[in-house]
Amino acid sequence: MAIKITEPGLATTVQDTGRPGYYHVGIPQGGSMDQLSAEMANALVGNTPAEAVLECTYIGPRFTTDADAVIAVAGAPVDVLVNGTPREQWTRLELVAGDEVSFGMIHAGTRYYIAVQGGIDVPVVLGSRSTYALGAMGGFEGRTLKAGDTLDIGAAGSERHASAADFIDESLRPTFAKEITVRVMPGLYDHRLTEEGLDTLFSATWKLTPVADRTGLRYSGPSVSWKPRVQPFGAGSDPSNIVDAGYAIGSIQIPGGKEPIVLHRDAVSGGGYAMVATVISSDMDLLARSAPGTRTTFTPVTMEEALAARAEGKEIRSRIWGSAGQ
Amino acid sequence: MSDTALHLNAARYTWGGDEFLFVEIAEGMSLAANFKANAMAAALGSRKLPGITDICPANASLLIRFNPDDLPPNALEEAVRGVEAEVAQMSQHTLQTRIIEVPVWYDDPYTRETGARFRSGHQRPEGNDLDFAAQENNLASPAEFISRHHESPWLVSMVGFVAGLPFMFQIVPQDQQLEVPKYLSPRTDTPALTVGHGGCFACIYSVRGAGGYQMFGIAAAPIFDPAQRLSNFDDFMIFFKPGDIVKFKPVDETEYRHIQELVADGSFTYRQAPVVFDLEQALAHPTEYNQEIMEHLNGH
Repeated sequence: MAIKITEPGLATTVQDTGRPGYYHVGIPQGGSMDQLSAEMANALVGNTPAEAVLECTYIGPRFTTDADAVIAVAGAPVDVLVNGTPREQWTRLELVAGDEVSFGMIHAGTRYYIAVQGGIDVPVVLGSRSTYALGAMGGFEGRTLKAGDTLDIGAAGSERHASAADFIDESLRPTFAKEITVRVMPGLYDHRLTEEGLDTLFSATWKLTPVADRTGLRYSGPSVSWKPRVQPFGAGSDPSNIVDAGYAIGSIQIPGGKEPIVLHRDAVSGGGYAMVATVISSDMDLLARSAPGTRTTFTPVTMEEALAARAEGKEIRSRIWGSAGQ
Repeated sequence: MSDTALHLNAARYTWGGDEFLFVEIAEGMSLAANFKANAMAAALGSRKLPGITDICPANASLLIRFNPDDLPPNALEEAVRGVEAEVAQMSQHTLQTRIIEVPVWYDDPYTRETGARFRSGHQRPEGNDLDFAAQENNLASPAEFISRHHESPWLVSMVGFVAGLPFMFQIVPQDQQLEVPKYLSPRTDTPALTVGHGGCFACIYSVRGAGGYQMFGIAAAPIFDPAQRLSNFDDFMIFFKPGDIVKFKPVDETEYRHIQELVADGSFTYRQAPVVFDLEQALAHPTEYNQEIMEHLNGH
């Protein structure tokens, strides 16, 4: 079984839970930007959380199936059409051979996910099916989809996973707000900012600019000030420069003290800009859901609070999958 | 040896959210700091702690990714501090590595054209990046800069940024290091295999994309091969490892084209030889030791 792409959408890629273990050579974790939405789509069609899905950014693809299929669309709110007829998100959609799926405008957020029962069957590269476009590897030929591409669907399609959810309860669905608070842990090089600079980082409202992709998100707002200092050997002349080091995913850097950049799933693994805080793991999906213009506050939390938030995320997942899941 | 690596102060520990531990070994770059970063990465890796997903040694720091559900943050920090103490006790500071000859067409038309496209925002809009680098280092000409660039070997001090990109630190005393500022605003385009330089670091861009380092030339053969077509990539799609030693070899257009043909027909292999790198010797007698290392390439 396969699906044939007739229109590719803006930047549609194959993604899964990601590719840990190769960050030390510059290959990022990758995977679906909004992991929870992708996981919900998988749960709806009876896949495991690890199955590859299609990640659609703003404008989704148009495709047909060559056999009966079961799909689900989760994530950013969008009009879903089957043969031109509106259908629901957050539930299972049964298709018959030849059906055409297309999408309308996105109403909020940036990305939504299409899961197909059986999963998108592209080769596993370094343990993952995720597309790493910059390195031209993983996913479908290492790139975003094009018209004419044919994607194989995995054999798991014949058997539904026991934990399949019929629909995702509204209370569990992620929200796509225009104003968000993102929890961060201060650290790494926060001591290089002036006290005033650090205050500004946590008290200002930052606006997400259109410079936002899988690598990172850039924000506009007031400038923050760095402490003047004699730079260490090899670091470069700007006070925001450090001797090139590994970058934590989710870390915030502020080159020159202007426009904070938060690294996301396809992060570059290292570089020479000082990081001053890191988004906690459970808020990375929240960040992935924000559209340009989203008013964002970064609020400092402790490790204990970050771990408590992580536990809450696990609780939501166990409610999606029930006792049969994972 | 107790005077080099061990002379570093205790590292600084800090968290990158709930999944990353960052260990800053030194604020400034040095061979000793890099040696400690790699030694700690190796020692931590050999402990095979469950819950560690990535160990990323960098120029003068170490980044560790972990799953706090499997390894509590405090337990990780305690283990890494243990590794730091273990490394401080090391009596021998040698590295089993290899020296690799990397052919480069310096002052090539590809990087020159790219440099020209991004000239308006450059620190020195007239001339090219090589002219700028020569001037910044008070050298008489770009040719002299090129000589200095390939005369002495470089240590791969970190791999990353994008897939398989090596950061390299020249094995010469600090007063002889070539230093160049990065672009004021990063370029949106850099040819694949561009040989770049920023701060005291050389790099080879593994793929085409953004970049902020000054551009001096283009390497003739791939360093990242996701299809693993060339024999140098039989084991892994990425060629360089931290600790590799690189000797750049200048080539002209004819030789560059010839190497490209070998790459195209799949027969190109890098010239390389095993070598034991001794940090004490490198610090004590840099010039003589560099000659000695480079002779390994000639089978001596």
